[in-house]
Amino acid sequence: MNMIKLSWKYLIAKPLNTGLNILLLALGLAIITVLILIQDQFENKMTKDAEGVDLVVGAKGSPLQLILSSVYHIDYPTGNIDMKDAMALSKNRLVKNIIPLGMGDNYQGYRIVGTNHDYLALYDAGFESGEAWRKPFDVVLGFEVAKKLGLGLGDTFIGSHGIGSSSHEHDEHPYKITGVLSEKGNVLDKLILTSIESVWYSHDEGHDHDKFEADVSITGFPETDEDREVTSLLLQYRNPIAAVQLPRFINSKSALQAASPSFEISRLFELLGVGVKLIQGLAVAIIIIAGLGIFIALFNSLKERKYDLAVMRTLGASSGQLFIHIVLEGVILTLLGAIVGIAIGHLFLAVLVMQNEQGAISGLSAAVFLQEELWIVGYAVIVGFVASLIPAWTAYQTDIAKQLTKS
Amino acid sequence: MLSVKNLKFQYDSSTKFEIPDIHLDAGEELLIIGKSGSGKTTVLNILGGLLKPQQGEVKLGDTILSSLTGAKLDKFRGKNIGIVFQKPHILSPLTVVENLKLANFFVGEKGAQNLDLLKELGIFDKRKSKVTTLSEGEAQRVSIARALANHPKLILADEPTASLDDENAAIVVKLLQDQAKKFNAALIIVTHDQRVKDHISKHIIMGGLV
Repeated sequence: MNMIKLSWKYLIAKPLNTGLNILLLALGLAIITVLILIQDQFENKMTKDAEGVDLVVGAKGSPLQLILSSVYHIDYPTGNIDMKDAMALSKNRLVKNIIPLGMGDNYQGYRIVGTNHDYLALYDAGFESGEAWRKPFDVVLGFEVAKKLGLGLGDTFIGSHGIGSSSHEHDEHPYKITGVLSEKGNVLDKLILTSIESVWYSHDEGHDHDKFEADVSITGFPETDEDREVTSLLLQYRNPIAAVQLPRFINSKSALQAASPSFEISRLFELLGVGVKLIQGLAVAIIIIAGLGIFIALFNSLKERKYDLAVMRTLGASSGQLFIHIVLEGVILTLLGAIVGIAIGHLFLAVLVMQNEQGAISGLSAAVFLQEELWIVGYAVIVGFVASLIPAWTAYQTDIAKQLTKS
Repeated sequence: MLSVKNLKFQYDSSTKFEIPDIHLDAGEELLIIGKSGSGKTTVLNILGGLLKPQQGEVKLGDTILSSLTGAKLDKFRGKNIGIVFQKPHILSPLTVVENLKLANFFVGEKGAQNLDLLKELGIFDKRKSKVTTLSEGEAQRVSIARALANHPKLILADEPTASLDDENAAIVVKLLQDQAKKFNAALIIVTHDQRVKDHISKHIIMGGLV
């Protein structure tokens, strides 16, 4: 027998009461856990995916939409831009590197993105098998795409128009898989990459078999004498002055829009922040209610336990030990609440991820444990301690003789 | 072993208890008898260190009990004084043997003799039961076992026979006497129950004749 065991025995003597108190606290803490996990992983992922991209240039529209569609591949593109404008921009002395992207198709909901090999280099992508595209209609699958669709080298498929999974199919020309990327934990995992030429040709009316056999461009813009379009451009600045001058220069030209990923993402978090704060407030309210619940439960149980406490004193317990006895009950309750809460939080996130295989959430992992979660345990224990202080003080002051003589 | 001198206690000016001096050797027995309101429970509380006398001195062994305070008093009580209450007051979340172990824990004893004690009191088979499954007689014996768990020098019993029939009352008194003898402890029974008189020869009568 020791103090912890004694408090534990008293807790399990009232399983319903104890269970409900733990559950209420756990729910509050689960919300906080999910928020922390999502926020941390989102920010990590967002930062990682935008690394190396200083500026995104695309058609006029919402700058946030441009970033979301071109860097994170979650929103719809703002439209296409004329490739002549794009090529003119690449000659600007402030631009160090420029990667064109052509979008508009998908296969089973996974986006087909036309680009060049610089895009692979940008994310330092490695190959699980095969190699990068060389000819039109060669594609490279992201790790997750290959895994989920069960496709491998040499397999072919026909893309659908649009970037959602329900759009109509191109029945013209199948894509052929020449490579599968290794897992990177970034946006590439969920993309199907190909050349800009593939995207163009799949939308063209007639067949020109000479073109289909020609090598595609590996870097820079594809060579063509036709009027062609691309969807957006990923830019790297040559020097810090570019950050000041280039966006202003591009935005002043009527057809193009420039948006900075870091700026737009911090704006996005600011917008989301209001919602996050609201949910956080709700969670804190639940935790306070749980704390009050524990306080009320302990305080009420004290009434019927005054006799037990007096008996303990006659058995040799000091008033300090009774104080510890009650505080331990509160702390054990909240400690269990914290553990259950964190478990529920992770479970909830796991279910959320499982149900959203392609959305923005699908890249999150429930199996990540953060240092902040230890803080949750710490805060929970503090809640238990505070909630049990007054009952513990009452126990401390119990007058044994008075308690034992009134029956 | 136990000596009580010049003890005085009053709750207010109208109820004033003059408590006779008591001298008791190890293994001796004493019956304090009196009707309700005569202050016999007050005496028991003072002897058990649960209540501080306003005057006088309670000495158990070499320790002046009435001068101890706080945790020291609690530990001394737990170690040296076993109290049997009118109602058993077993801690219901704990099993029978855990009730004994708790008494051991609070004074840092090992409790090696707990099972023997339960055997002697005939409740060994109930050692893992909760109090709610015990009969009143069994519960009473558990409370005696718990009072004896730390080998006290002084055993105090408050109305231990009040709710028992003649036969069981005799058994309980005998049980207390036997255990007190075995541990060489002084035994004081406080009661209004005239039946106990037949079993214990040394009496103190409080609040006049009963």
